[in-house]
Amino acid sequence: MRTFRRVTAEVVALVVAGVVFLIPFSFMLLTAVKDSVQAAELDFSWPTSWPIVANIAEVVSARDYVLLRAYLNTTVLTVGSVAITVVFAAMAAFVLQRRAGRIGALANFLVLSGLIIPPAIVPTIWLLQALGLFKTMPGLILVEVAFGLSFAVLLFRAFIAGIPRELDEAAMIDGCTGLSLFFRVIFPLLRPVTITVILTMSVTVFNDFVNPLYFLPGDENATVQVTLYNFQSQYSTEWNLLFMDIVLITIPPLLAFVFFNRKIVAGMTAGAVKG
Amino acid sequence: MTKQDTRPRPKAGPAEPDRPQRRKAAAAYPYAFYLPAGIVYVVIFLIPTVMAFYFSLTRWTLFDSTFVGLENFADFFAEQNLSIGFRNTLVYAVLTSGLKVVLGMLLGVLLTSRLRLRGFLRSVVFFPVLVSTVAVGITFSVLLKPDTGLVDRALALVGVSGHDWLGDATTALLSVALVDVWKGVGLATVIYIAGILSIPPDYYQAVEVDGGTAWHRFRHVTLPLSRPATYSVIILSFIGGLRSFDLIWTMTRGGPGFTSDVIASIIYKQYQAGFYGLSTAGNVMLFLVVSAIVIPLSWFLGRREIA
Amino acid sequence: MKTFHGRLGAALAALALATTAACGGDPAPAAGEPVTLTFLVDNSETTLATAKAVVDAFQPANPDIKIEIETRPQGTEGDNVVKTRLSTGDMTDMFWYNSGSLLQALNPAQSMADLTGDPALANVQDSYLSVVTQGGKAYGVPISTAGGGGILYNRKVYADLGLQPPKTWAEFTANNEKVKAAGLTPVISTFKDTWTSQLFVLGDFYNVHTALPNFAADYTANKAKYAATPAAMTGFQRLADVHQKGFLNKGFGSATLDEGLRMLVEGKGAHYPMLSFLLPPLLKDYPQVATDIGFFGIPGDDPARNGATIWEPAAVYVARSTEHLAAVKKFLAFVASPAGTDAQTKAVAPAGPYRVKGSKLPEDAIQVAKDLQAYIDRDATAPALEFLSPVKGPALEQITVAVGSGLTPAAEGAAQYDQDVAKQAKQLGLAGW
Repeated sequence: MRTFRRVTAEVVALVVAGVVFLIPFSFMLLTAVKDSVQAAELDFSWPTSWPIVANIAEVVSARDYVLLRAYLNTTVLTVGSVAITVVFAAMAAFVLQRRAGRIGALANFLVLSGLIIPPAIVPTIWLLQALGLFKTMPGLILVEVAFGLSFAVLLFRAFIAGIPRELDEAAMIDGCTGLSLFFRVIFPLLRPVTITVILTMSVTVFNDFVNPLYFLPGDENATVQVTLYNFQSQYSTEWNLLFMDIVLITIPPLLAFVFFNRKIVAGMTAGAVKG
Repeated sequence: MTKQDTRPRPKAGPAEPDRPQRRKAAAAYPYAFYLPAGIVYVVIFLIPTVMAFYFSLTRWTLFDSTFVGLENFADFFAEQNLSIGFRNTLVYAVLTSGLKVVLGMLLGVLLTSRLRLRGFLRSVVFFPVLVSTVAVGITFSVLLKPDTGLVDRALALVGVSGHDWLGDATTALLSVALVDVWKGVGLATVIYIAGILSIPPDYYQAVEVDGGTAWHRFRHVTLPLSRPATYSVIILSFIGGLRSFDLIWTMTRGGPGFTSDVIASIIYKQYQAGFYGLSTAGNVMLFLVVSAIVIPLSWFLGRREIA
Repeated sequence: MKTFHGRLGAALAALALATTAACGGDPAPAAGEPVTLTFLVDNSETTLATAKAVVDAFQPANPDIKIEIETRPQGTEGDNVVKTRLSTGDMTDMFWYNSGSLLQALNPAQSMADLTGDPALANVQDSYLSVVTQGGKAYGVPISTAGGGGILYNRKVYADLGLQPPKTWAEFTANNEKVKAAGLTPVISTFKDTWTSQLFVLGDFYNVHTALPNFAADYTANKAKYAATPAAMTGFQRLADVHQKGFLNKGFGSATLDEGLRMLVEGKGAHYPMLSFLLPPLLKDYPQVATDIGFFGIPGDDPARNGATIWEPAAVYVARSTEHLAAVKKFLAFVASPAGTDAQTKAVAPAGPYRVKGSKLPEDAIQVAKDLQAYIDRDATAPALEFLSPVKGPALEQITVAVGSGLTPAAEGAAQYDQDVAKQAKQLGLAGW
């Protein structure tokens, strides 16, 4: 009897999850493999013809293979900005959590402000121009770092609160101070929350289209999200290609997630909720 | 912050005078650690923001600006649909964060129980978080169409059909909010899963010993002890909800008419129209409103958490 | 890679500058000095195809000038990209952008090269110059064609039901009743793409203009208002009418432009208030568009004064920051020449007449272009208000959706629009507001 109920519950959960969460994705997939006329019907139907290869080829080769360059650019952007953010945010969060005081209060305020204030685009461009970083990948990376720091600091700070101070003190007795204390002792302990930060921030940067559009314009600098514009226009939309593009650019985060699924949960367990 | 000072420090050896202690803090936790993050934050984010605050006091075409004092703020408040926007913003934030708390907790409990397909379901629930908002918006706009859309077809089976969910003033905002929940509930669920897993098993055993039911376990252990998770979910999704814009923009553009406008979409429309000073003033207002709600809220929740 | 190219380009530019300076500022490009020009266009299929065709046709005769096309998104996101790049001095050498009121917001006096009296404008029709002029200076040459803004209709449906293109609103309503009785959608509306809701108001301007020839000037000077001018408010009233009579398609609130176009082409709907520019891209999937779809202006009340509202072509402008002005002008002269428009015609079927002297519609032009030409030939057209006045409120498309969905009464919508316009004029710092 109990097994029966358990099985029933599982089946119900599975069916509901399947309907609610998987059908939208199957819709994307189905539309991506239709021909342009049928795709424009936008209904949930079985494709009458299967121009899968043709659609992929057309999406990949559109605008002189912009999608391939976009993958490369997005990879550089994501890896660069996430790596910098992780190190900078962890360092700041460590001091922020350990040392209260007026500077700490100010820093706390700035962190919260960073979450709330929307970025100002044109003044940022002026500033980057003055620094000679406008329209460069390093410039865009710094922009993503600046906009992502607050969230990362919050997560790190919450996690560091769970690391006993005694550990610092023990390490200091062993002669560690400052940099070596942080990088030798503390940073390795942050691994779970680091993974969480890496994943959430990668998703954010990967899916960002506003900042690349303004801070790194030009076809040769396109990022994957910007390619969505190529198939969706004010006047006509090629739905099958648009959805194929969506599918192609969703694959990298999907793969990342499949690999790191357990670790996200582990990181969250140890990180975000304690504090 | 306060609790650190009260902690015992067994390994610190004999009590030291106050001064060396402080010097030691400086050595262990140098303020210099703020520098890398601080420089990037101040240069790339803070300085432009301060510049923008100045421009909120000007009529600004990007090419030149004229100082107009607080006129933009007056104009912003005179915006015809601002009251709709305020109401919608609050409704949207409360609705989405509320649903994310409730559904996230239910899914969290479900996905920490001994389900055979737990891993798979966790992935499935979290996956929408990974997809770009624009892609989600486009997909659901299509699924919610009357007659041809899948949602409508499914509802036709239970006798409801032909409703234009996004094109009808009464349901547009609600539909977008539900899609927002669909996309964001995965994050809430993961936070809850983490919270529930960090509850020491002894508590559950205690309820078991007392002969408590599953409901008791939930009511007296899971619910109170996952409170930190609830706080995280509320803060994150509430700030998100108040500032939310891209999903609404992709799906309804604040329409039909102005019926699903939120503050952020009103600001964006001003920005699009080239009213840069006015939209910056709107952003300053939005910042003040969000701060006025979130700072007391986070202080309140934070206090409860320590207590 | 990007920076490297950038630096190389800058170095070459400096070198070129030095050379010209040494030659005493000779405006002609030094022979054998290859230059690369950049050209920013929006990423719609038609725009891109047109731009590519002109560039490809220009290239053989000008091997020293290489032109690279860059794309940007369309719509207001694209407007902001253009503004941001111009204001930060980072524009491509030349760019494709709207003429008329949108040009005003780009502050051309500061950001663009003045082309007044330049040989590059030699072939531009005089009537066009006013829409690329600000403060007495001309800044662009026309690219692509003019188009009509009014009703696109399915001629097969008309033939089947024995209907004639209406000359008055009453005839239009009568046609709609017959279409409805036949079980088809009389008036297609697609309010998900909000901008498509404005046509009844914007396309009615010919009728406003014939009734009140001074309206545009008075309106710009803050002397005339929509809500206080019955002739101008008619557009809002029409919009409310078609909704109230039940002429719209089901799900008009969430329907999109391309669904609307498909309904029209497939004969599920008879009329679609729209711009004729939108038809050429459909020819690929629906060749019958060339003959099945016709155009008429939004009818007024007087059959003797029937006419149509025209949208002027976009223009190619020159960024002030360009370092290759002579080469850019050479290209512009080609764009606005019969050879240039011929190249465009080969790539994209014209949706209306060109604004270049000596350019003619081809014999096999699509039906809407012929219909529009007929209005022009009998001098029954007026440019849309946005080509006569810099004043255009940004919220019109939301207001027209609200009026067209029956959420807001016509008079209230017109009044809201007047307020919206006042806000825009104030933000632009126009005199008299």
